[in-house]
Amino acid sequence: MTPKTEETEDTEMEIKETKCERKLVIPGETIASGEDYLPGDFTRKEGSEVIANRYGLAEISGRVVKIIPISGVFEPRRGNNVIGRVEDINFSGWMIDIGGPYSSFLPLMECPRFINRNNIAEFANIGDVIHAKILGVKKGGVDLTLKSRGLGPLENGRLIKINPNKVPRVIGKEGSMINLIKDNTKTEITVGQNGFVWVKGELDGEEKAEKAISLIVEESSNSGLTEKIEKFLGGKK
Amino acid sequence: MPYTKRPDKRKFDELRPIKAEVGVIPNADGSALFAFGETVAIAAVYGPKPLHPQHMQEPDRGIIRCNYNMLPFSVTERARPGPNRRSKEISMVAGNALASVVDLTRFPGTVIDVEIIILQANASTRCAGINAAAMALAHAGIVMKEMVSSVSIGKIDDKIVMDLIKEEEDHEEGEGATDIPFTMTSRTHQITHLQLDGRIQTHRFKEATEAAKEACKKILKYQERALKGEKIDETK
Repeated sequence: MTPKTEETEDTEMEIKETKCERKLVIPGETIASGEDYLPGDFTRKEGSEVIANRYGLAEISGRVVKIIPISGVFEPRRGNNVIGRVEDINFSGWMIDIGGPYSSFLPLMECPRFINRNNIAEFANIGDVIHAKILGVKKGGVDLTLKSRGLGPLENGRLIKINPNKVPRVIGKEGSMINLIKDNTKTEITVGQNGFVWVKGELDGEEKAEKAISLIVEESSNSGLTEKIEKFLGGKK
Repeated sequence: MPYTKRPDKRKFDELRPIKAEVGVIPNADGSALFAFGETVAIAAVYGPKPLHPQHMQEPDRGIIRCNYNMLPFSVTERARPGPNRRSKEISMVAGNALASVVDLTRFPGTVIDVEIIILQANASTRCAGINAAAMALAHAGIVMKEMVSSVSIGKIDDKIVMDLIKEEEDHEEGEGATDIPFTMTSRTHQITHLQLDGRIQTHRFKEATEAAKEACKKILKYQERALKGEKIDETK
């Protein structure tokens, strides 16, 4: 159920991590100085110094210095798979809360199934959870679509909100972490790139999966995370 | 009697014991606690998030909505809860002090909410509040050019002193008391906020500015350490 795109992105991150060390920096801190370095994401160059523009982990790979965010709201991008809750319904579609700086809209036309125009609440009512893809980010708004495999309303289950920067940790290398939780708790889990996680299964399993996910978020920066989660899932079986 | 000793036995250029920590409010996007001795402030940052009512939205940038609030039990005599003339003014100056280092152009039409709450007050509450808010903004992953640090510099009788307490603010002998809260940026030491309550000679004011610069450098060290995961508590 986990979308493919997230997994490949995450694999890239994991490989980089093993290559070079990371350092926690604050805004305005000098990360590196010298003409050899080039400013990357969230950094700027003043004279010969590369300076941090936000709080996060600074990484120097080759000549490029960049910052990997560890906090902050979800920044919507085209093609992101997200999970959201229906906030409002109007005649042409649904307003969906996906977190982040802007409200998002799912037009009726972006729904692949036939929907009775007079009763679109039948497909998704206020409060329902929907798995969708970002079609585009416009000024002051995000458009969603359901025209892709595996998208649509999610029935029953529970919605957990986590820090969107921790999503790669929850999924793990090629989905290893999420599959570990799924297998051990016998639940269905869908992770949205906006940090909304949907868990469905038996009550015990759902609770255990929720605890495992919050444990991953808490311990995400520590080493031996997989072993810890394995122990947690195995211990209470 | 000339003013030779501070009531709490500090040196003239000594700050009160500092407490600093981030992540004190789990539900906020970023949060921090900052305390100068008995003055304790916490700050929470939410957003960027959609801004309503719509007429407050700016088409080319986001806005910072700062709210400074003193809790009823923070002072000796119970403070009436809710906004008042003083807290509205401080909310505005604190918001402006922070807005000048934050990159607001990334998310037009949005708002970043900054809540500053004073748990306990013994002068310099706005400075502690701004320090906490700057840490909370950084902790929330907001894009900022640099940090800001804030300190109150005073002239008590004819002495320039750092980080006033209530007793010093109320000093009446000699030349009396002057209270100057400063907020400065971390790299360039530019002033983003300055108020002055009392009287001061021009050449003494330059001295005060230099003292503020030194104090802000010290405070930044604490902010940096706290953001890097340390829980600082010198009050014990």
